[in-house]
Amino acid sequence: MPTPGNSAAAIEVRGLRKSYGALEAVRGVDLRVAHGEVFALLGPNGAGKTTTVEILEGHRVRSAGEVSVLGHDPASGERAFKERVGIVLQSAGVDPFLSVEETLNLFRGYYPRPLPLDDLLDAVGLREKRRERVRRLSGGQQRRLDVAVGLAGDPELLFLDEPTTGFDPSARREAWEMVGGLKERGKTILLTTHYMEEAEHLADRVAIMNQGLIVAEGRPSELTQRQAATTVRFRLADGAPAPPGDFAAPPEGMDGAYTLTTAEPTRDLHRLTAWVVEHGVELQELSVSRPSLDDVFIDLTGHSAAEDGQS
Amino acid sequence: MRGLALALRQVRYENAGFWRNPLAAFFTIAFPLMFLVIFNLLFGSTELDVEGGVISTSTFYVPGITVMGVIGACYTNVALGVCFSRDGGLLKRVRGTPLPGWALLFGKVGHAVLLAMLLVVIILAAGVLFYGVDIPSNALPAFVVSLALGAAVFCALGLAITAVIPNADAAPAVVNASILPLLFISDVFIPLHDAPAWLTTFADVFPVSHFAGALHTAFNPFETGLGFEVLDLAILAAWGVAGLALAVRFFRWEPRA
Repeated sequence: MPTPGNSAAAIEVRGLRKSYGALEAVRGVDLRVAHGEVFALLGPNGAGKTTTVEILEGHRVRSAGEVSVLGHDPASGERAFKERVGIVLQSAGVDPFLSVEETLNLFRGYYPRPLPLDDLLDAVGLREKRRERVRRLSGGQQRRLDVAVGLAGDPELLFLDEPTTGFDPSARREAWEMVGGLKERGKTILLTTHYMEEAEHLADRVAIMNQGLIVAEGRPSELTQRQAATTVRFRLADGAPAPPGDFAAPPEGMDGAYTLTTAEPTRDLHRLTAWVVEHGVELQELSVSRPSLDDVFIDLTGHSAAEDGQS
Repeated sequence: MRGLALALRQVRYENAGFWRNPLAAFFTIAFPLMFLVIFNLLFGSTELDVEGGVISTSTFYVPGITVMGVIGACYTNVALGVCFSRDGGLLKRVRGTPLPGWALLFGKVGHAVLLAMLLVVIILAAGVLFYGVDIPSNALPAFVVSLALGAAVFCALGLAITAVIPNADAAPAVVNASILPLLFISDVFIPLHDAPAWLTTFADVFPVSHFAGALHTAFNPFETGLGFEVLDLAILAAWGVAGLALAVRFFRWEPRA
């Protein structure tokens, strides 16, 4: 929904920098998020993604650079800006003694055009829990209430800071469905996450941050294509002859697999299968896999996203 | 106008949240009453010289414990409430909404003042019913004004102290250490007749003794005038202004990292 004073993009960032004393947490970030887009910011802990998002939310003041969010400078703290965005932080920030319904009504009252209560409850699947006290909700339910609070003012842009950290797999899948529903309503969403799978599943575009810089940006499929390598992996029965060429032998004494990471998977597979026919052996558990976003992440940051885990 | 309506609405929600934790609410209210009972058991049979005559120690303890109740509800309660909300991310979260920050804090302060009023009514009722204490008549306006000023001042100081409290775990220690000693040396828990002069001089630097002084005068049955302790009220007000200025300047919406 274009509004006067809006630039074409929902979020436009150029040359963003933020220093804390001698430490430069963000070192020149450019970012553009279109209206209606779901954009994921990935990165290991300390990469600067939370700092970046908090500057966009208006919680932090930048050291340098240009920032426009829905046509506003978030640092100004204008009410008009706050009326148009929803922020879901990592910590809950609601009164544990109020009910779900009371909490949502409290926050709805802050906005000029709030979403109807029932819509909010349905959007996050908390209709049955409307009269429950917040403190009696499960962790997943509290997180969903957090999201509902972020949606209370019917924002055009929603910030989701690690929306599913600490969720079990089924809660995560529910949360993904919920975010998918928000996307269908045309919301622009900027999310940060540790989970590559989450970014691949939810985001139209992804930016990977490392050490205060964006090191890769694009659609998840583009990013994985950029990483040209395909991995071929198989096992051999005991006593089989060694395979040809570049296949790395499994480590001694381990029930490992032969692997080859290659930029020319078709040619290498052809050589492999020719060798198989020639020697009359069979490959066990043969797999050919495209790189995942996780591989891209490790390649670019030197960290595994999973090993970062919780922040 | 809309800001004020939102601020009053915050008071309502703060109040609702408070009563949802019945045990906490009960002891918040019972705590000063317990002190009233204990001090009366220990010292209630003695008498005290005051300006114009002699009063029972009970007549000393009703305004004394009123001071304690107001400070507990305003200073301690506001400071702890802000620190816990700050650690829980509530302040930061609300900061990202169109609700003005002052309206959120008004909610906490407004609730604290209502709680203080309730405590004062209960303490006065206990004083009248169980200890035969007379409510001030000619000095009633002075009593009410001193109470209102004291509540406002200690709310401001409660907001100000949060600036030096790094996180909620540290809050009770800092808040109690900053106020409990003053309650002992400011004519609140113990009549200060025999205290060394330097100690009362020291106590007089701080607002508690002036708040207590104003209420004791209003409660003095031999008081024939209106009972306004103008100097005490002026010093109290100065502390309030300083507290408010410090709170405005140094208030933090997030716990210290």
